[in-house]
Amino acid sequence: MRQIDYSFIAIVLAALLLALGAVVFPLWLLSTIVNIIAKALVVIGVILLMRGGLVSFGQGLYYCIGGYVVGLGGQLLGITDIVLLLVFAAIIGIVSGAVIGLLMSRFREIFFAMFSLAIAMILYGMLSQSQALGSTDGFNVARVTALGIELTAGQASLLIYLVACALAAILSILTHIYYKSEVGFACLAAGENEVRLQYLGATPNRIFYGTYIIAATLAALGGALTAINYGHVGPNMTYWTQSGEFIFIALLGGSGSVMAAFVGSTLFEFVRTYALEFAPDAWQLILGTVLVLIIFFLPDGLWSLIQPARSSARIKRRGKAPS
Amino acid sequence: MTQKTILEVRDLNKAFGAVVAAADINIEVTEGEIIAIIGANGAGKTTFVNMVTGYLTPTTGTIRFLGQDITGRAPAAVCKAGLTRSFQVAQLFPGLTVMENMLVAFASLRIGTASFFTPLNNAAARKTALGVLSTFGIDPHADAPVSALAQGVRKLLDISMAMISGPSLLMLDEPTSGVAVDEKFPLMETVMAGVRQTDATIMFIEHDMEIVTRYASRVIAFYEGTIIADGPVAQVLDDERVRKYIVGQIQAAATADSP
Repeated sequence: MRQIDYSFIAIVLAALLLALGAVVFPLWLLSTIVNIIAKALVVIGVILLMRGGLVSFGQGLYYCIGGYVVGLGGQLLGITDIVLLLVFAAIIGIVSGAVIGLLMSRFREIFFAMFSLAIAMILYGMLSQSQALGSTDGFNVARVTALGIELTAGQASLLIYLVACALAAILSILTHIYYKSEVGFACLAAGENEVRLQYLGATPNRIFYGTYIIAATLAALGGALTAINYGHVGPNMTYWTQSGEFIFIALLGGSGSVMAAFVGSTLFEFVRTYALEFAPDAWQLILGTVLVLIIFFLPDGLWSLIQPARSSARIKRRGKAPS
Repeated sequence: MTQKTILEVRDLNKAFGAVVAAADINIEVTEGEIIAIIGANGAGKTTFVNMVTGYLTPTTGTIRFLGQDITGRAPAAVCKAGLTRSFQVAQLFPGLTVMENMLVAFASLRIGTASFFTPLNNAAARKTALGVLSTFGIDPHADAPVSALAQGVRKLLDISMAMISGPSLLMLDEPTSGVAVDEKFPLMETVMAGVRQTDATIMFIEHDMEIVTRYASRVIAFYEGTIIADGPVAQVLDDERVRKYIVGQIQAAATADSP
């Protein structure tokens, strides 16, 4: 009676097609797509937390940590290998998520949101005050290498693009497994009725803790990818507007599937690029209008065009049923 | 046949500031009993259930369950020890289907690091969940979203979720409240028939004396946080104070409600 899960096949196919695009895409497009993937990875984490009713207004914290790990890994430790850097960023993401998560997993709702924001802003304050790290300007990141081979700028772009596609595929599959897992559903259930879940034998704090670490790791990897892609990191990565952008993209895409984050991230980049071009002074106005329209007409995000949302998202939006 | 004591409550007290919600409660529950807890609104019935199931910590007193002290343990630990409950208003996960509610209940008992990779919808879990659902006659609703269920089915799902762990003691907080009058007996019949197939001992809070008379083997009457009567059904319902403070009050309220 086992059903075949086509999502895995879809993810791998999409990633392969995207990777093939490297043959025809111009360099600027490769860089833009890497940027889209990097943001989407952070957004997947934001969505995982949102499923449990936790809105992180400070996911920039781990985005920034991931970026600085890449920057400092190159500067201080001399690591420039792209895979090593990403692994390094993931480990630091897990560790910092595990430490801060001990505190965060005890908070809910607005307290979680504000606390996550506050911690991210503390990092911003620290980084922007530190002269050695370039204060508010940040610093440049050394060009990546692969297996000890020095690369030209063009080769590096291509490598980064292919690695980003692979990373997107691997993390999407892992997230999809999480979505369908016991913890994934328990997190959703905890967001809907935490007390009931406790009465069934589960400990919601632990479920949130695990999910929080996953989200932190995804954000750190997204930040690392951004740093590698742009060759620059700065404290703006943990500024509250950056964290807000991730929530913005999460709402654009919706929470129906792992793929929704990529759809949302693509639309965001598209709108921002063209809005900047057509109305350099009013691009935020356009972006805001798009979000208002999406929330009004597609309250479950763009993904609901592809797959209608289940009632859970709808209930959350309108508030809990009276008990 | 030796009768085993499964729940032993000693000198339980609970005060919310100056309000005494429970005073000197002593109860011993023997395996296999079907106990009805009666009392007017605010008599401390739910407070009692909340204390025993770990949601509230008693101010003083001890609760022993199956020989171990469970006083002050969290609901999750109490559940795993074998004491579960259902709720006056069915407590479900409204965004999930009936089956998923059951699967989450099943997973909650054994959640650990491996649970990040174990699919919720696995064959073993599904089989157990379907078994419990069919015990309570709601397996035809398995794939329905919870938001589409009738009140009676919601109640049964709530109880099914409490039963999936195979508890030794099941506490039902007003199992028949919120359903239409003519559905009360069929609902209670389904619940009792289902639970009887297991080894679970039952304590249920109930306002309907007909249901109490029909199903309970023992009645405990609460009044203003204390137990005023505890014993066989006929004896307790005949008690002067029970008649005055509980049965009379409920009948008066029922008469006032009906035109």
